[in-house]
Amino acid sequence: MPQPLEPIRVERATPASRAFAVGIVPGLIALAALPWWSDAGNMRLVAEMAYYLALAQLWNLLAGYAGLVSVGQQVYVGLGGYAFFYTTRALDLNVYLALPLAALFACVMAVPISFAVFRLRGAYFAVGTWVVSEAFMLGASLIEAVGAGSGLSLTPDIVRQISPDRGVRDTIIYLMSLGVSALVVGIVYLLLRSRHGLALTAIRDSEPASASLGVNTFRTKLAIYIITAACTGFIGGLIFLQKLRISPEAGFSINDWTVVVIFMVVIGGIGTIEGPFIGMLVYILLRELLADYGTVYLIVMGLIAVAVMLKAPGGLWGWIVQRYGLQLFPVSRRLASAPPSEAEQPSAH
Amino acid sequence: MEWINILIQGALLGGIYALFAIGLSLSFGIMRLVNIAHGDLIVLSAYASLVVVDGTGVNPVTSLILVVPLMFAVGYALQRGLLNLTLSGGLLPPLLVTFGISIIIQNTLLQFFGAHTHRLQLGVIETQALRLPGGIAIGLYPLLVFVVALISIGGLQLLFYRTRLGRAFRAASDDADTAELMGIDNRHLYALALGIAMIFTALAGVLFAIRTNFDPASGPIRLILAFEAVIIGGLGSLWGTLLGGVILGLSQAVGAALSPTWQILAGHIAFLIILILRPSGLFPRTRD
Repeated sequence: MPQPLEPIRVERATPASRAFAVGIVPGLIALAALPWWSDAGNMRLVAEMAYYLALAQLWNLLAGYAGLVSVGQQVYVGLGGYAFFYTTRALDLNVYLALPLAALFACVMAVPISFAVFRLRGAYFAVGTWVVSEAFMLGASLIEAVGAGSGLSLTPDIVRQISPDRGVRDTIIYLMSLGVSALVVGIVYLLLRSRHGLALTAIRDSEPASASLGVNTFRTKLAIYIITAACTGFIGGLIFLQKLRISPEAGFSINDWTVVVIFMVVIGGIGTIEGPFIGMLVYILLRELLADYGTVYLIVMGLIAVAVMLKAPGGLWGWIVQRYGLQLFPVSRRLASAPPSEAEQPSAH
Repeated sequence: MEWINILIQGALLGGIYALFAIGLSLSFGIMRLVNIAHGDLIVLSAYASLVVVDGTGVNPVTSLILVVPLMFAVGYALQRGLLNLTLSGGLLPPLLVTFGISIIIQNTLLQFFGAHTHRLQLGVIETQALRLPGGIAIGLYPLLVFVVALISIGGLQLLFYRTRLGRAFRAASDDADTAELMGIDNRHLYALALGIAMIFTALAGVLFAIRTNFDPASGPIRLILAFEAVIIGGLGSLWGTLLGGVILGLSQAVGAALSPTWQILAGHIAFLIILILRPSGLFPRTRD
């Protein structure tokens, strides 16, 4: 007589992820309340951490999951920034309307750009995206309507739309940065938990295998490319709202918006949601520690990233997972046999 | 007549772009490695020459006697010590490791030499021109660089198709595993390949620095120009790369003639148009 099959359940949450979900709430509240218990300097730093985290999550989604190693994401930071400045200055658009419009602009521009760069694969895709960004940087420095080589500034009238009071304004912009960062992490998390996330994870692990199982890899990759472009454009608008000035070199800067972001993701752990958090913290820490030594922090970041890539390609978070089997954002599925109480065994995936 | 001169200038510019591209093309052709640090290695060669010139007082071309073996050693060591470790793990490791090396080279140069620009001097030959009837003038130095590019590519063709080493390179390029079964030591072969690529990188670095100002941040644009020449010409074809360089140079010359600020942008636009119309380049050879 055949044995009855053991009942199986699909498990997603782990004890660590449940504890994390509970613990994160007071942490987020404390961060959101930062303007009331800390100074402007810390606010600026945390806002910067927030948008770098968002950029790192987006780059990780592209490179770590969809296999699209772009070295040209700065093009969307720049396009978003320029769209925000142009619409608020020349078209007198309200700031709160101009930010989503910056995202929309980046999204629309991503379509023709993808048309060119998607013809290249692998490493050639990487350099291709970079060429596109260079072309836009040179283009921006030729167009008089966006200030050509010297760029644009936000007029006091525009920033006063947010609030006439400097302190209130800083607080609102700070909360917006924090909110956008949380939103991006949320979007990435929900995306990875969805059907599309399963497809993405399959592409990450093996593109030919996922294609043979019916994943439309081209369409999935294109969708991810365009979504990240839109989010990056929004962040670009927000970044330059804080900086008050944009120029071609600053807007399309590969060092500021892509190089350090790539280092963060590689060091933290590519292909995980937790990795970019750790990488961002490592970056900020190193930069602040080595603040007196010019660009030495970039050399150190580069050395760490090379060492990580060679010795521990999973990054710091990959190492932690391997050792302790932790997972804070439950995006993977594990098979567990009933009863549920026995299902709490940690597993690598 | 003015336009003929512009076109000649642009075509000759293709010589230096082809020299930029040879190293990139070799490392891709033989080990499928896209070296993001390629442009920074070109600039590193220029700085190496600068140090030799300042230290010994020789002219930059003579400094190649030291710079070429040095860059060969750098290439061999880089491949043997680091890059060979990345070749089995898919797309990300070689890409991100060379990317890291690129940032390390740029910022190390910045620490040692500062952000200001340098140039190598070769004297009167830089500005001399051959005057032909009908008002046509050909810059002597760009012509020499173009000839160097022709000789380099011709020499590499001989190496590839007439020598044992070239046969081993082609074998490893076609099927690395089988080549290894036939007794080829791929680790050594790949290291030699990057070493040889660096010989041309050194040549390109010194020759470009004689005409153009350079600083620690000059690498990325050299990589991009090399990359554009390779893609326009088609992967794996060295003569195609030369033609890619010439097409790039011509588009830049035409752009610059319209307005000086358009030079580099015109090259990028030509590249993107060719990419959209002929994704595998004009003369593709290897498949990726």
